[in-house]
Amino acid sequence: MSRILLSSVAAVAMLASAQSASAQTEIQWWHAMGGNLGETVNALADQFNKSQKEYKVAAVYKGSYTETLTAAIAAFRAKQAPHIVQVFEVGTANMMAAKGAVYPVYQVMADAKEPFDPKAFIGPVYGYYSTTDGKLLSMPFNSSTPVFYWNKEMFQKAGLDPNTPPKTWKDVGEAAAKIVASGGKCGFTSQWQTWALIENYGAWHNLPFATKANGFGGTDIELKFNDEPRIKLIQMLADWGKDKRFVYGGREGKSTALMTSGECAMHIASSGSASAIEAGLGKEKVGIAMMPYSPEVKAEPQNSIIGGATLWVLQGRPAAEYKGVAKFLTFLSSAEVQAQWHQQTGYVPITLAAAKLTEDAGFYKKFPGRDIAVKQLTLHEATENSKGLRIGNFVQIRDVVDEELENVWSGKKDAKAALDDAVKRGNELLRKFETANK
Amino acid sequence: MEKRVTFNERWLPYFLVAPQIVITLVFFFWPSGQAIFQSVITEDAFGGNTKFVWFDNFVHLFSDPGYFDSVRLTVAFSAMVASLGLAISLLLAVMADRVIRGATFYKMILVWPYAVAPAVAGVLWGFLFNPSVGVVAWMLSAIGIEFNYVVNGNQALILVVIAAVWNQVSYNFLFFLAGLQSIPKSLIEAAAIDGAGPGRRFWDIAFPLLSPTGFFLLVVNIIYAFFDTFGVVSALTSGGPGQSTNILVYKVYNDGFRGQDLGGSSAQSVILMAIVILLTFVQFRFIERRVHY
Repeated sequence: MSRILLSSVAAVAMLASAQSASAQTEIQWWHAMGGNLGETVNALADQFNKSQKEYKVAAVYKGSYTETLTAAIAAFRAKQAPHIVQVFEVGTANMMAAKGAVYPVYQVMADAKEPFDPKAFIGPVYGYYSTTDGKLLSMPFNSSTPVFYWNKEMFQKAGLDPNTPPKTWKDVGEAAAKIVASGGKCGFTSQWQTWALIENYGAWHNLPFATKANGFGGTDIELKFNDEPRIKLIQMLADWGKDKRFVYGGREGKSTALMTSGECAMHIASSGSASAIEAGLGKEKVGIAMMPYSPEVKAEPQNSIIGGATLWVLQGRPAAEYKGVAKFLTFLSSAEVQAQWHQQTGYVPITLAAAKLTEDAGFYKKFPGRDIAVKQLTLHEATENSKGLRIGNFVQIRDVVDEELENVWSGKKDAKAALDDAVKRGNELLRKFETANK
Repeated sequence: MEKRVTFNERWLPYFLVAPQIVITLVFFFWPSGQAIFQSVITEDAFGGNTKFVWFDNFVHLFSDPGYFDSVRLTVAFSAMVASLGLAISLLLAVMADRVIRGATFYKMILVWPYAVAPAVAGVLWGFLFNPSVGVVAWMLSAIGIEFNYVVNGNQALILVVIAAVWNQVSYNFLFFLAGLQSIPKSLIEAAAIDGAGPGRRFWDIAFPLLSPTGFFLLVVNIIYAFFDTFGVVSALTSGGPGQSTNILVYKVYNDGFRGQDLGGSSAQSVILMAIVILLTFVQFRFIERRVHY
């Protein structure tokens, strides 16, 4: 009897404490950061929860970017939307088109009367996610940009200077030839081929990806990336493929395995892959530099654009809860938090203050090359070709370009035919997006 | 006289079949109805901006040459998966049926792959054939065959077929084995006494008597190849390289969940549904007649 009494007392006590916990407003944050990144995300949420008493952020891992987005959409349709959802950069145009579903960040901040300074952000990071008149739509969180990695040991073996990375694509070709001649299995490979070789090659050489400022000016746009320089680049890589100067390693990040296993000597990959590549090869063997460029196209590189994901605020929750969302976004973009995130993950800091804080702490001396991403992004004032991309149905368009590039690597098509077809198929997807969102 | 079970209670039979009916309605008819509804509208991913567009989604599909490539590919793929899957499992079942010592052990080993989820099977085979670290790819390169499914479309298709067949062989095997064991021993023995060799006994007695099982498995395997191979494709190739493994069911997923194009994706599922209904109908109407029960 007394046992029952005791346990019911305990139950009541627990209920009471649960109630006092729920007096805090809970903010749901759905994200796609697994593994080590997920732990860092949880730590950030904890840190915020300890810093104040009013709100409690619950960070929930929902799988891949696609799975997270699909889950958020399903939840929104069932009127159970999370407050914040992490969406990859290619989903930007589709998110913008979903009027009534998203709550633009500038508006969230203004409605909550939370101080917010657009100038604090790094240009291309901010620009990618803001309207043409400079209003921020979603909060940049994990941003990266493609950088150039090389294997110093393999360079040494091939008789190249291990501390001088190739600067131009011509240099890359020559280095690759020497690598292969010295017994290397592969000269060069690229991660996320469409992002690195088509989108970023364009920005890096100030070439348009699409009309109307890469889609920032409207949805009635046409793709433009089947230009002479990019046809030449792809054809050159296809020719390199014949003798392993270039090896195709698969879509998305799959080719990084070729770099970390020591097969390929050179790699263009996300700056966010730095710690993985260093862990795979050993830190002393890896060099990080800016992407190569083609001086015959542009005398000097422009700036690179970002990839990664941002945090979108969804509509459909009680107004008072968005005050907490605004507070949390301010916390996330603070210099200390950003610097910590940047140093732990290799993602780009989103504010200039965070980059400076990291530099002052001597981080870049200890991890040389980790500052390359920010340097590339801020190399020059961004032009309309290098500000970012705002392309509808972009996920599918990237798949189309991936497919057509694979047709080049397998020898089914030449570079010109493949890029022409990619543009044609991509334009059809754009028309579909345009009619759907009129 | 015919033996019939009769119910005196008027509602009891309905009550007894109700659970099955409810499950069918909720899990088959309702989603199918949703798919048909979605296929004639367009909307943004979050369900806003909904517009009724008649058959625009279908028109888009039929004006896309890539879609017909995918249809042709799916037909070829299903034919390969079903024929290879049935042939190999029949062979294995015949062998296992003759084994006397250790029969249970062999059967268990042969049934194992069925416990592996298609996506896991995909990863497994992908790892074996991985161009840089795969054991099989390494052995193939030792005998002069460059196997790189990441670049070579035909090799990618072969690999997907192998993985899909491997995953399904166990299921077929079980049915074939059961079929073989239910053939009366007296028939086989009588034929043996008449002087028929093992080959003759198989083709003239066992094979015709297996035809109901074979027919059932053919239907199941084609449906498997059409729908359940999604996990294998997703884990191995994501439809690539190019579009060489982009079969219809993967395209439905890719356009719907990656591309957030629910209208176009639903139109594709409606077509897929029609194809399977038609196939099953044809199989039961025309092929079943030639089957001995």
